[in-house]
Amino acid sequence: MAGANATYKVIGTRPVRHDGVDKVTGRAIYGVDAHMPGMLWGAVLRSPHAHARILSIDATRAEALEGVHAVMTAADLPDPGTGLAEGHESGLQSMRYKSAGLMARDKVLFEGHPVAAVAATNKHLAEQALELIDVDYERLPVVLDVREAMQPDAPLLLDDLHTGDLFTIGGSDATGGPSNIASRTTYEEGDIGAGFAAADRVFEGEYTLSMVHQGYIEPHNALAHWSADGHLRVECSSQGQFGIRRELADHLQWPISKITVQPLEIGGGFGGKTTIYLEPLAAVLSRKSGRPVKLTMSRSEILRGTGPASGGYVQVKIGVTHEGQITAVRAKVALEAGAFPGSHVNITCLCALGCFKLDNFRIDGFDVLVNKPSSHAYRAPGGPQGGFAVDSLVDEICSEMGFDPLAFRALNASEEGDLRANGTRLNRVGNREVIDAARASDHWRSPLGSAPGRKRGRGVASAFWINATGMSTAVAQLNADGTVTLHEGSVDIGGTRTSVAMQAAETLGIPVEDVDPIVPDTDSIAHTHVTGGSRVTFATGWAAIEAARDLRQRMVNGLADHWDVSSNSVVVEGGLFRQNGDTVSFKEAARILDGDELRLVGSATVLPQGVGNAFAVHIADVDVDPETGKVDVVRYTAVQDAGTAIYPPYVEGQMEGGVAQGIGWALTEEYVFDDEGRMRNVSLLDYRMPTTLDVPMIETIIVEVPNPEHPYGVRGVGEIPIVPPLAAIANAIADATGVRIRHLPASPPRVQAAIAARQAVHPTAWRRRAPLA
Amino acid sequence: MHAISYAAPTTVADAVSILAEHGANARMLAGGTDLIVQVREKLRDTTVFVDAKHIPDLMQLSVNADGSATLGAAVPCHQIYGDDAFAGQYPALVDACQIIGSTGIQGRASVGGNLCNSGPAGDTIPPLIVHGAVANIAGANGERTVAVEDFCTGPSQNVLGADELLVSLTLPKPAAGSGSHYLRFIPRNEMDIAEVGAGASVTLDGDTISAARVSIGAVAPTPLFVAEAGEALIGQTAGEAAYEVAANIAREAATPINDMRGTIAHRKHLSFVLTQRALRGAVARARGMEVGHGH
Ligand SMILES: Cc1cc2nc3c(=O)[nH]c(=O)nc-3n(C[C@H](O)[C@H](O)[C@H](O)COP(=O)(O)OP(=O)(O)OC[C@H]3O[C@@H](n4cnc5c(N)ncnc54)[C@H](O)[C@@H]3O)c2cc1C
Repeated sequence: MAGANATYKVIGTRPVRHDGVDKVTGRAIYGVDAHMPGMLWGAVLRSPHAHARILSIDATRAEALEGVHAVMTAADLPDPGTGLAEGHESGLQSMRYKSAGLMARDKVLFEGHPVAAVAATNKHLAEQALELIDVDYERLPVVLDVREAMQPDAPLLLDDLHTGDLFTIGGSDATGGPSNIASRTTYEEGDIGAGFAAADRVFEGEYTLSMVHQGYIEPHNALAHWSADGHLRVECSSQGQFGIRRELADHLQWPISKITVQPLEIGGGFGGKTTIYLEPLAAVLSRKSGRPVKLTMSRSEILRGTGPASGGYVQVKIGVTHEGQITAVRAKVALEAGAFPGSHVNITCLCALGCFKLDNFRIDGFDVLVNKPSSHAYRAPGGPQGGFAVDSLVDEICSEMGFDPLAFRALNASEEGDLRANGTRLNRVGNREVIDAARASDHWRSPLGSAPGRKRGRGVASAFWINATGMSTAVAQLNADGTVTLHEGSVDIGGTRTSVAMQAAETLGIPVEDVDPIVPDTDSIAHTHVTGGSRVTFATGWAAIEAARDLRQRMVNGLADHWDVSSNSVVVEGGLFRQNGDTVSFKEAARILDGDELRLVGSATVLPQGVGNAFAVHIADVDVDPETGKVDVVRYTAVQDAGTAIYPPYVEGQMEGGVAQGIGWALTEEYVFDDEGRMRNVSLLDYRMPTTLDVPMIETIIVEVPNPEHPYGVRGVGEIPIVPPLAAIANAIADATGVRIRHLPASPPRVQAAIAARQAVHPTAWRRRAPLA
Repeated sequence: MHAISYAAPTTVADAVSILAEHGANARMLAGGTDLIVQVREKLRDTTVFVDAKHIPDLMQLSVNADGSATLGAAVPCHQIYGDDAFAGQYPALVDACQIIGSTGIQGRASVGGNLCNSGPAGDTIPPLIVHGAVANIAGANGERTVAVEDFCTGPSQNVLGADELLVSLTLPKPAAGSGSHYLRFIPRNEMDIAEVGAGASVTLDGDTISAARVSIGAVAPTPLFVAEAGEALIGQTAGEAAYEVAANIAREAATPINDMRGTIAHRKHLSFVLTQRALRGAVARARGMEVGHGH
């Protein structure tokens, strides 16, 4: 259990978060709150078709409407050329595709694809003007399923895209004609033929998942002002002000020095705000109109027009010995990229098998275009899809062969020194410790219990997640009163102001209440990578440690001058500076150094190596109503290695949030399309995210196996908890009913139909195995 | 963008004349939990909002001397389940009022609005049908009554003319030994729209069912009154065998569609399951037992 750690004074404690009062009293300024004098409101015209050629766009009637100040189409964006641009989170991308994603050039590739935008004196007028833009479309056949899209005769989304144009990891690169397969990833070790030959049993399964949305509550927003001197100022909420600035510069071909991005509070992102949609449109409209322009999205625009997580298809085959040793794994994954390349299938391939020590494996991933919104990062992008398939099949092996699923995982657990899929080796990780903690948990040791009229079952699943690093900047300014203003380059989504400030406070030996964290605009701090990949507490925390060390050293130097001794003879202990008989507190030191221009600011920009991988095991109990197919999660425990839990409530919050989202993915959330590729459920009534009544109290068990590379042992914690719930719940359903759900969500019609089909064959057999534990 | 106007008449006659003057552009506004959402989503282009809540006839809630009850069209759900005398007589309607939306929605949402919105999944409509409720309508040509099972004519369509409004509902006094229950199936546990709903009322003579009504929602263009299901129960002993017969009739009566909220097969199946459950609940209540309202 995490708790106050004896070696630390600040780390592991539970202070009041710095941004808490502003947020609970409604004073915090979120993206949608931004306002400027003279501001116009914009609106975006979106394609009603999932696949069509744009024959013409005529905006004359809209331009003529009184109160309309500007209309734009893709023709108002600079020619993107043929180069590559760095994607916000997912590697290199074709600038041409990125630009066409922002606003369609010659073709629309998904329903909701922007085709034009207007700015008017108010929102209603802007919306009315959209109706006056005449667009002539020639409709094209749509393709919605990855397996169909991979067929040679499938309708092509991008006529000039060849497999591997952007990147292909491993394997050979047979680029025939244009294809919907944007890229392929292959990871391979050992000899799978020999591995399967050594197996006593071989299990296989096919799994499919629907597209799902991150479901952040705050809509996308952007307020842009392109002033007369050519300086563009954008205020918006995002997962990284520097990424927004770079993308603006790329799309608008405008110098970054002439762009300032002010990050505002963000009401949820989960990966979905690592990219841009509205900012360049607001900027162009502002340049055309000479006025500040604000754009926000409605919920239906968010669902139709932003980047959800890929659905797709996974095939897994696992060989096992009678003793339960895995001998080989073969997997193929095809994920929906949506309209443009960029699913996270490469990460699926990297992570899906990570919990297991494997000598022989091969996993192939395909990034496949379909006429759906362009997918983007969603919490552990690529993780849940692979995890669902692999951990479902592992559970099937355990129930068929009579293994305790946690004992099976322990027997096959990967550990320090073992290979990761990409050929690198694991550092010290907490895989075993997490499995052991799950086995020792109250949940696992408690009897299942029952509810009248319901079938109850218990499932487990585990996960490996890579976690990310990236450049981070922190600047610590000493104030005369002994407090420290800490500028952090990272946008604060999960409470990182405090978790980063705590690391600075620990380093300086001062209370965290004496550190005042600030998230500045792009002009006021050096580059910091996006808030994503569970990297901020790790990397920006590290920057804050280095900035604090820098400040402390400057203070030592200053005090050495003050005492007229050499710096070496000043000793720092906790928040105290000592020299011979003299001892001054941090606050006294600040007073002494007030006005000392060399001593007041410490700073660091870091690009840390030594990312700590994360492991998790989840346990789910479900009640299934066999008559209706409805599944309720009645008990849930998440166990996770946090490295060091800097601020335990945030770790618990991340675990709980990931589980809640995972429950939605497992049971109720899905994009429903008609045959023409139009999304049917474009509201939160019918796009069913779990409500408070659908999520049980979640028990969290934090395991701390410090990351040996990080000064305070931090591993990323935010993403991995969304990975195990999908399989844990599907496995619990199987335990309860004997029915294996291989397509998510396990919605009542699917579960009920599966139960009815099984009952037709086995009228009385409900459970497949003896109750666990 | 268009201008809207708001009227707050205090008599039925004034309301009727405003409706008659503006025709299809005018609509009654009760709690607004359907209407305002629909106008904002451009599903309706109402320009004249005629507030129902200042007309006393539309706000009354009373159990009358003869034991029947009058429910004003604009009375919000929370007032209905907060009124012990009324709630005691019509438990199926109370079941529905307690599951609509959320506590906040129930502070505004009215049964009249739910009926006049005429959604196939409207939760109060099957209960009104099993309670034998009658709609009291006023219009430019005077007043008329329509049984609730005949009120809806299609999705979002009903018998009201452009100059007509629903004044109130009359619910007959339940016979001694009666009980009723409504429940619905939703994939989540709140804030969802019924994939199927089922209501039942029964009157028991000892263990024998002497009267019964069954209604199912969200499985046809309008909520369905399944008269044959009720008739099949008459003279039967209350119990699983009888419920199964009625539930099979309900399943046959259902003509659902496939959509994002459910499949034909699942909805047919649920019509069966929920009818059984509604009957169990109604009989339990007829015997004086507690039955939780629920999904
Ligand atoms: C968040 C949310 C959750 C919801 N959950 C549910 C649910 O669980 N179950 C459910 O069934 N519904 C639900 N609804 C829909 C809605 O709340 C109900 O249908 C409610 O009963 C409507 O009542 P109202 O008083 O708000 O009607 P209004 O919106 O005021 O009116 C509805 C319609 O009836 C007409 N009308 C109203 N009064 C009269 C009258 N006296 N004469 C003639 N026409 C009239 C109006 O013109 C309008 O067309 C939900 C709505 C929301 C916003």
